[in-house]
Amino acid sequence: MFDVNAICQDFPILREHPDYIYFDNAATSQRPQAVLDAVTDFYQKTNANPLRGLYEWSVGATEAYEQARHTAASFVNAKEDAEIIFVRNATEALNLVAYSYAMEQVGEGDEIVLTVLEHHSNLLPWQMVADRKHAKLIFVEPQADGTVTEEMLAAVITDRTKILAMTMVSNVLGRVTPAEKAAALIHAKGGVLVLDGAQGVPHQAVDVQKLDCDFLAFSGHKMLGPMGIGALYARRELLEGMQPFLRGGEMIEYVKRTSATYAELPHKFEAGTVNAADAVGMAAGIRYLAQVGFEAIEAQEQKLVKILLDGMRKIPHVHVYGPAEAALHSGIVTFNIEGCHPHDISTVLDNEHIAVRAGHHCAQPLMEYMQEKCSMEFRATARASVYFYNTEEEARRFVEAMGKVRKWLGFGE
Amino acid sequence: MELKDLYREIVNEHNLHPAHKGELEHPSMILNGVNPSCGDDIYLQLQLDDGGVVTDGKFNGSGCAISQASADMMLDVIIGKPKEEALKLAETFMGMVRSTVDPAEIEALEEAAALESIAHMPARVKCATLGWKTMQRMLRDGETS
Repeated sequence: MFDVNAICQDFPILREHPDYIYFDNAATSQRPQAVLDAVTDFYQKTNANPLRGLYEWSVGATEAYEQARHTAASFVNAKEDAEIIFVRNATEALNLVAYSYAMEQVGEGDEIVLTVLEHHSNLLPWQMVADRKHAKLIFVEPQADGTVTEEMLAAVITDRTKILAMTMVSNVLGRVTPAEKAAALIHAKGGVLVLDGAQGVPHQAVDVQKLDCDFLAFSGHKMLGPMGIGALYARRELLEGMQPFLRGGEMIEYVKRTSATYAELPHKFEAGTVNAADAVGMAAGIRYLAQVGFEAIEAQEQKLVKILLDGMRKIPHVHVYGPAEAALHSGIVTFNIEGCHPHDISTVLDNEHIAVRAGHHCAQPLMEYMQEKCSMEFRATARASVYFYNTEEEARRFVEAMGKVRKWLGFGE
Repeated sequence: MELKDLYREIVNEHNLHPAHKGELEHPSMILNGVNPSCGDDIYLQLQLDDGGVVTDGKFNGSGCAISQASADMMLDVIIGKPKEEALKLAETFMGMVRSTVDPAEIEALEEAAALESIAHMPARVKCATLGWKTMQRMLRDGETS
């Protein structure tokens, strides 16, 4: 039985600050005690350099680390653990794919398809590839509410398309993209699908085999895990054919003075001492999510988004972007208030102990697009993003505070 | 000053009814200043006489209330002052919002001194300094667009 109050008690920061409304979960989530304990336990009970030592503690550290990999692999239903590469975050995962896969596979005149929704982390690596390989970036323009359809993708994917790089969920509009259909489209043309799961994986059950994606990048810190740990899922045959991203310790078999052979997967892609403690923390976060269950997580997020949407739409001068239905927001409500710059909105809300994000959300091309499509006053928005530990009371208080912003900023009434 | 009062008493007035927003007919210098991470974007125009005195100034552009109000207050202070004095005031302002300047010096900033409490909001410091920095780039570094 889902009990949000009991859940809040599991998160020390929420327990200690019951009046603070943290609505910036799309930037980073909070962590439950179980995650903090898992990290501490690793350092207190079995700390040693994993994968190297032949003694008890190092073996324990290796086991904990590989168990974490198994947890992450099962979480996204990878065929085998070796298809999970631990990285710092989704950004690093996407750069790994760009450098180790795309730089080898993309040639002059080839095309990389992206959407205008992309976070800079799923845009800049492809700009680099296109620039260096003289390839072309092709952009899918979503509808004003962020919707990308199968038809839009089909219209631009051709025999020249080597990569379709797409977010699972817009970090600005919350809209889910048609990933499964995208996989079928790109595979029919012989290309690969790179999914940015930073915003999708924390909010919906993901099955990479069902999605049939080739690469999936996600961050631990947006799904209860520590900062500085994330994962790249990739199909084994692709990883086998790729060159290492970083080179150094523990990713080798034999090293001679002028050459080397590389270790088996996944170690070929994990050079240097790994972030084992945080991987263990990330796994604890995954177990917590699994225990709550995505059905309950999505239900709570939708309940909160509905309160926000219904309330905010009634307030004059407030403009909410994204789909009409709460179910399509993935917990994200992006908005503007007439005459008020998002940074001022955020400052006013901060004074009411409410945390929201304001600005371009690392999605400047989307801001530019929205400014035109949605007639936005500034090239920026404010964004409230909830997670399953947020309460209905918080959502109602948020709507109330929203009504005060214009007055605060000098507009009458 | 409490944040709420800062907005109510100072920032809102300059943001909603700026005295110096618009275009100069014959500006001596124009320069664009931006905060890419915020989207604050101003065009500062100054008119200087042969003696190097700022005889008039306007700004245009868009951004948050603090960036706009601060640019407006800056022009209030520097119009009529020699270039050297305007630059000295810019130093004082930068020092004020970083809490590194003698409080006695702050008075010279007149109404712009009200933004002193921005020092407690590190995320907004660059909003407050945009106009001043753009003016420094023009008068000190000779940049113009």
